[in-house]
Amino acid sequence: MDKREKDIENLKDYKYGFTTDIENIKAPKGLNEDVIKFISKIKKEPKWMLDFRLKAFERFKQLKEPNWQKPKYPKIDYQDLYYYSAPKSMKDKPKSLDELDPKLLETYKKLGIPLQEQARLNGIAVDAVFDSVSVATTFKEELTKQGIIFCSMSEAIQKHPDLVKKYLGTVIPVTDHFFATLNSAVFTDGSFVYIPEGVRCPMELSTYFRINASETGQFERTLIIADKGSYVSYLEGCTAPMRDENQLHAANVELIALDDAEIKYSTVQNWYPGDENGKGGIYNFVTKRGLCKGKNSKISWTQVETGSAITWKYPSCVLKGDNSIGEFYSIAITNNHQKADTGTKMIHLGKNTKSKIISKGISAGFSDMTYRGLVDINSKAKNSSNYTQCDSLLMGNKCGAHTVPYIKNKNFDSNIAHEATTSKISEEQLHYCQQRGLNPEEAVGLIVNGFCKEVLQQLPMEFAVEAQKLVGISLEGSVG
Amino acid sequence: MSEQLQSDFDKLVKTSKFSHEEIKFKKNFLNNFIKNGFPNRKQEDWKFLDISQIIKKNISDLSFFNDYSQSNKIDPSILVDGLEHNKIIFINGKIEKIDFNVEDQNKIEIIDETKKDISFDYENSLIDLNSAFTYKVFKIIIKKDYSLKKPLIIYHSTNDKIKSTNINLRLDFELGENSCLKLIDYFANTKTKNFINIFYNFNLEKDSILKNYKIDKFINNNLKYSFNNIEQGNNSISETFILSAGSDYFKNEINCNLNGEYSSAFINGIFSLKENQQHEIRTSINHLVENTKSYQLIKSVLGKNSKSAYQGRIFVNSKAQKTDGYQLSKAILLDETSEFNAKPELEIYADDVKCSHGSASGSLDENSIFYLMSRGLNYQQSKELLINGFLMDVVEKITDVEIKNLITNIIGLK
Repeated sequence: MDKREKDIENLKDYKYGFTTDIENIKAPKGLNEDVIKFISKIKKEPKWMLDFRLKAFERFKQLKEPNWQKPKYPKIDYQDLYYYSAPKSMKDKPKSLDELDPKLLETYKKLGIPLQEQARLNGIAVDAVFDSVSVATTFKEELTKQGIIFCSMSEAIQKHPDLVKKYLGTVIPVTDHFFATLNSAVFTDGSFVYIPEGVRCPMELSTYFRINASETGQFERTLIIADKGSYVSYLEGCTAPMRDENQLHAANVELIALDDAEIKYSTVQNWYPGDENGKGGIYNFVTKRGLCKGKNSKISWTQVETGSAITWKYPSCVLKGDNSIGEFYSIAITNNHQKADTGTKMIHLGKNTKSKIISKGISAGFSDMTYRGLVDINSKAKNSSNYTQCDSLLMGNKCGAHTVPYIKNKNFDSNIAHEATTSKISEEQLHYCQQRGLNPEEAVGLIVNGFCKEVLQQLPMEFAVEAQKLVGISLEGSVG
Repeated sequence: MSEQLQSDFDKLVKTSKFSHEEIKFKKNFLNNFIKNGFPNRKQEDWKFLDISQIIKKNISDLSFFNDYSQSNKIDPSILVDGLEHNKIIFINGKIEKIDFNVEDQNKIEIIDETKKDISFDYENSLIDLNSAFTYKVFKIIIKKDYSLKKPLIIYHSTNDKIKSTNINLRLDFELGENSCLKLIDYFANTKTKNFINIFYNFNLEKDSILKNYKIDKFINNNLKYSFNNIEQGNNSISETFILSAGSDYFKNEINCNLNGEYSSAFINGIFSLKENQQHEIRTSINHLVENTKSYQLIKSVLGKNSKSAYQGRIFVNSKAQKTDGYQLSKAILLDETSEFNAKPELEIYADDVKCSHGSASGSLDENSIFYLMSRGLNYQQSKELLINGFLMDVVEKITDVEIKNLITNIIGLK
């Protein structure tokens, strides 16, 4: 068996599907003011934070769940969920990794993410989020030296309240849409990153999300601020155990780039997609929004979406600063009964702003994939431009691929170009590859990787390798 | 509004000779409309241009009653010169003349069939409105193997007798096997503001050809909505050309079902908009069987304060392998207040298909203007030349030479 086959053998089943048997503290089931107060209290939050949550909850009560999306799902009973779940050992936060529950360390080791710093060869600082709380953050010292703040959201609320107060909710206000507002009310943890003026973050920052407990929703909140002239590259990975029930994941991610700053945000999303018959899996309803606040700032989203039963998200860029740049690179793969409705929004407000969207969708099996995007050029956004390309690949005639771009141009100085194609893998390409000794699956893998190349190139090295493997594996069994 | 609808409806019933059955049908539609009202931006299909707001803003006292007992004089100046043609003349929503004199009378049949149900699913309250208030529905049948010798021009005109009125009209066409119809919709309206709601239903049998040209060229203040439903059989062809330039508001909607193998649909459109005009084309092409083809090309030139929207949808059923679908929309924005919106949508459930769409918008290319000016044209001339060339591209797609010449003359392109 050669290496690739071995890889596939190992990974054919969802290998992250195990659960960790660990004692949990949970908030009482249901959603009400008391639960929010409970979350706030257990996290020892200041009053302004509680007010923020309650304000969001007030708003949430008035909102209706949206239903315009393509993939429909059975109604979620928001009163039948746990909104807070944390490993018991985390009640009093351990001071160092040595004090961390060995079971947790074991879990992350199994996931391939060792939390001990010495185990890491390459410099990636990791913040690990387990169910609702952040369990460990690595390489803290080295980052602190440069003035970089990389910690869990709860810690940031305690230690850097000024920064949090100043920026939290400025990109995704508490009065935003249904799921974002829910998150604002009940978010539990997440990562907080602040890069000071002129600093180029020396290593990749990474958060690893894991849902473990059953009947919980995960609501994390990430806030990244890149001060003037700084640069940061941030990675996000996610997995969950195999369960028959559907679990909700409604995170909020806010990015703020000030003058001349650049944020690169990469996601490899591999939540449990449900079994072959579409039972179980994660509902991934995430709100991600970046604000290019300053001049010459840049935000770039890269995502590889292979997991989740339903993915419903639109990482967006608000290009407010003059000359700012927004980029979106995406690969979305759906197989079996997975469904995805994903894309981006580029909102041009400043002069000379540029955006680029490259989206590759692959659907196989009985799955359904939709690219939905908005390019909105405001009348003040003089001389801005957008280029969009979205290609879909279909495998078999049981699946669907849809493209729904919204294009709004209110500025005569600006250019928008949009292209989309839908096709299948051509017989000639397959034949050519097979003629040269590849078996059909390898041939498809090769062609698909070529199809996705433009996006894979955007990922940091370590992630790119993982993503490439993931692309091959997600499509296992869809040929023939 | 509902009280007015009800009383205007009663007036219509009083002045017309509807049968009991017809009244029952119409009442049903009326109730549907009263329940849903005019479509608004909350509905996906009306996202870009909200007709309920536009009507409210432009016509504050819209009346739904139109007195069909009065007859109107035909103003010969509206008739198209230089092309022998058949005529149907609508004045204020009432048919004043039907003239098929050049044709073989045995091959064309016109039936009046007021009580007509709607044969397809729709979520459009304007069709309810239309069905409730139409006075007469004519069905024009072109018999097997007959091609009309001359094109049919349908004149849509209004005179000063009515204002702030909702006019509803409907025609059904049935094209028999291997028949051919060239149909020109010609809009000649006066300045008064009315809301005109047109609904056509086409049924294309095997091997038949429909060519529909909609020409709204002359500046007028009317608000118009037109809905074409086209059902296509094996090997049939439909070609639609839309020139959308004259009215204050005009939305053209085309729903085309390719039910037969090897059938094809072509839609070409031009928006040429000036001050404060708001126009939209929305298409929905449903590829339901194998080996069907569709092609759409929409171009806009947008002046001050104008707004155009294009919503194109290609749907491919899982059975419809070997589909070929293409959409292209391009826009030139001439002023900082002009706005272009597009939503080119693909919904595909079959894998062996070739579907693509493109959309581009921007200003006139300064380099091209510079090139032309360096060859002796002034700025205005260069601009016009470029715009003409841009729009000519769409006119060139017209397959009928006679009509192409007519349209080029009407538009004033060279």
